[in-house]
Amino acid sequence: MSNLWITAAEQGLCSCHVCGLLSKSHQANLSGFCPRCGNRLHLRKNDSVVRCWAFLISAYILYIPANLLTIMETGSLFKHRKDTIMSGVVHLWKTGFEGIAAIVFIASIMVPLFKLIVLTLLLVSVQRRSMWLIRQRTWLYRVVELVGRWSMLDIYVVTILAAVVQIQSLATVTAGPGAIAFGAVVVLTMFSALYFDPRLIWDPLQKKRTT
Amino acid sequence: MYRGNHLITMPNYPTHLIACHECDLLQREIDLPLGGEAHCPRCGAMLYRSSPGTLDNTLAFALAAALLLVIANAYPILGIDIQGNTNATHLFGAVRYLWNHEMHLLSVLVGVTTMIIPALEIAMMLYLLLPLRLSIVPAGTPFILRTLHSIKPWGMIEVFMLGILVSLVKLKDDAAIIPGVALWSFGGLTLMLAAVASSFNPRDVWHKIGTESGREQQHE
Ligand SMILES: [Zn+2]
Repeated sequence: MSNLWITAAEQGLCSCHVCGLLSKSHQANLSGFCPRCGNRLHLRKNDSVVRCWAFLISAYILYIPANLLTIMETGSLFKHRKDTIMSGVVHLWKTGFEGIAAIVFIASIMVPLFKLIVLTLLLVSVQRRSMWLIRQRTWLYRVVELVGRWSMLDIYVVTILAAVVQIQSLATVTAGPGAIAFGAVVVLTMFSALYFDPRLIWDPLQKKRTT
Repeated sequence: MYRGNHLITMPNYPTHLIACHECDLLQREIDLPLGGEAHCPRCGAMLYRSSPGTLDNTLAFALAAALLLVIANAYPILGIDIQGNTNATHLFGAVRYLWNHEMHLLSVLVGVTTMIIPALEIAMMLYLLLPLRLSIVPAGTPFILRTLHSIKPWGMIEVFMLGILVSLVKLKDDAAIIPGVALWSFGGLTLMLAAVASSFNPRDVWHKIGTESGREQQHE
């Protein structure tokens, strides 16, 4: 059955990723703009794999300081503590906020890790023109796009706490350098996912049929 | 849920052809009942939907969102009281605080995702919807729709709302919390933005533009 699927690219058609209009790709290659919305047209996103890798590798590098450096410093009359993302989650769990600890664990630790692993898997498999679990890999890409934004949670929590807990000597909260690295990881992985073209996952199917 | 109508033979109606944005499968557009969704038969991607909301609904949600956005930025989100010492913060105050404490990147990131992008989104929606309500397609509609499409991933009001809730829980043992007006406004704003997103269907506007330019060509 799958041998009967026809893709737009095979028919020399190119769909605009903003408005969805199909145009003849030989025209698009020359002028390069969608006749309806004026967006730049590409048969596949330009240099998708290279750009994804660039953002992903930067994200991997910053992932280390994001997890090792202090994200939040809390000070009060009696105690002073510096938290990394992980120690913050552990502290929440130990002080009886299991529910919130679970939410922060998912948003700040599971989601970024999941994104890094899935994007790496997608890029490697696309470069090897793999035909392995195509549907499932498309599904993974969708999940990455959907959940990526929720990693910003910790950044917002630190921002709000740092701004509101400023009562001279009684209690202060400051954002640590880890927060900057962590924010950068979130943004870089989001860019990486945005530049990834899921159609590349399916392309090996078509090429196999024509050869 | 309706599966897209996949064509094995080449179709006669090139204008009704679409390609799946996730797997590039060529298929024919079918009419959907109100509230229906068309999915790609090969990869399962949602291709397009017919939104149950009318233009009036979307416009009402967008106007409510605009009002809530103003309130959410004008009033404090929350305050704390520790032994009679109080402090409260606005969203802008929080962004400025980061900026003043050498956290420029973080400050920009928070400001863009919670203030600038949501404000732009709502402003552009109103710019589109108000004239459309009077059956006028406003100037620069393709540009507006294109911009809305590209800034969409960066508006994160709903994540910020969850951040406020997590902050509240973290604070509640150490301080008395004074909830601010903006706390409720952000909750409402989250709902309204979700309502706008689910009732606004850019595809309808594209179709309108399609017919508009078609008419112009006929006149020429
Ligand atoms: Zn598809």
